[in-house]
Amino acid sequence: MSNQLVMYEEELSQISNICDVLQRDSNAKAVLVIDKNGQAIAQSGEVEQLDVTSLSSLTAGNVAATGGIASLLAEKEFAGQFHEGEKTNVHISIVGARVILLVLFDERSSLGLVRLRVRKAAVELTGVLEVLVKKSESGNQPSVFAEITDDDIDNLFND
Amino acid sequence: MSFINYSSREINCKIVYYGPGLCGKTTNLQYIYNKTNPEAKGKMISLATETDRTLFFDFLPLSLGEIRGFKTRFHLYTVPGQVFYDASRKLILKGVDGVVFVADSQVERSEANIESLDNLQTNLQEQGYDLNKLPYVVQFNKRDLPNAAPLEELNDLLNPTKVPHYEASAIKGVGVFDTLKQVAKLVLTELRKAG
Repeated sequence: MSNQLVMYEEELSQISNICDVLQRDSNAKAVLVIDKNGQAIAQSGEVEQLDVTSLSSLTAGNVAATGGIASLLAEKEFAGQFHEGEKTNVHISIVGARVILLVLFDERSSLGLVRLRVRKAAVELTGVLEVLVKKSESGNQPSVFAEITDDDIDNLFND
Repeated sequence: MSFINYSSREINCKIVYYGPGLCGKTTNLQYIYNKTNPEAKGKMISLATETDRTLFFDFLPLSLGEIRGFKTRFHLYTVPGQVFYDASRKLILKGVDGVVFVADSQVERSEANIESLDNLQTNLQEQGYDLNKLPYVVQFNKRDLPNAAPLEELNDLLNPTKVPHYEASAIKGVGVFDTLKQVAKLVLTELRKAG
């Protein structure tokens, strides 16, 4: 099970709340929490116009590549990145070594404010992730897979 | 690494297409993208050079339907096949749930296939994976070319553990979905074992 990230309703709701508060307090356009392997976990703000799936995958690729550069330079990791655009800026940070916090912001905010608010959100997020990891490693939670049969899997491919 | 979201009732898995340069990894994804209903696929992303060689990865998100009320989503990735992009290949293997090794059937690509397969095993080991324990299928691509080596020879050379293998011509779509279905099935079966 260590190769699996499992998300439960309670923790997702806590993570979503952290995103909402961060988005509001930092005047950001949008906030995304992304698994380091590129899966979108939670989002907040103006996300309707965003291709969240692609953004998540590319951000994770970016973080992985930057991590590769870090190890070549004997650094543990580069915990944060900032990309400055004409209209939209991107702040990327790694939280709890496991997820990526992506903040998109424009002239309504500033890098300083985003950094400040991200720091607070990261502490809260780390706490939730620790609980989540313990919970999924405990194996006490019901698994959807216990019920799945060969037929279920085969039926997926009947076209 | 699969991601199971009980809140949104989704299962997300990562499949990586591996193989030597120009073996047809990107072509596999392009064919899948072209033949999949718009509602079942996301945007295909190719981080490629100006000459259309994969620079970092291709990415295609696919929805395969529901199992017991859970949406199954597969994220398909290719690696850059060219030898000098090894650092990038290692990154893309992180969190992999299933692997497709795309071999180039042409006789003269024999050495490149072996080198790439060795590289796959080494890079997986570095990440703590064992190819023998991962959901894994082999695709012998470019079967339509006149200089394709005999299937038996390729299997002996590149598939000693006799995992499921498929003959393909990715550019024409032959064998592409068979390969995908098999690896997806193996991934789901493996998840069931783990769960």
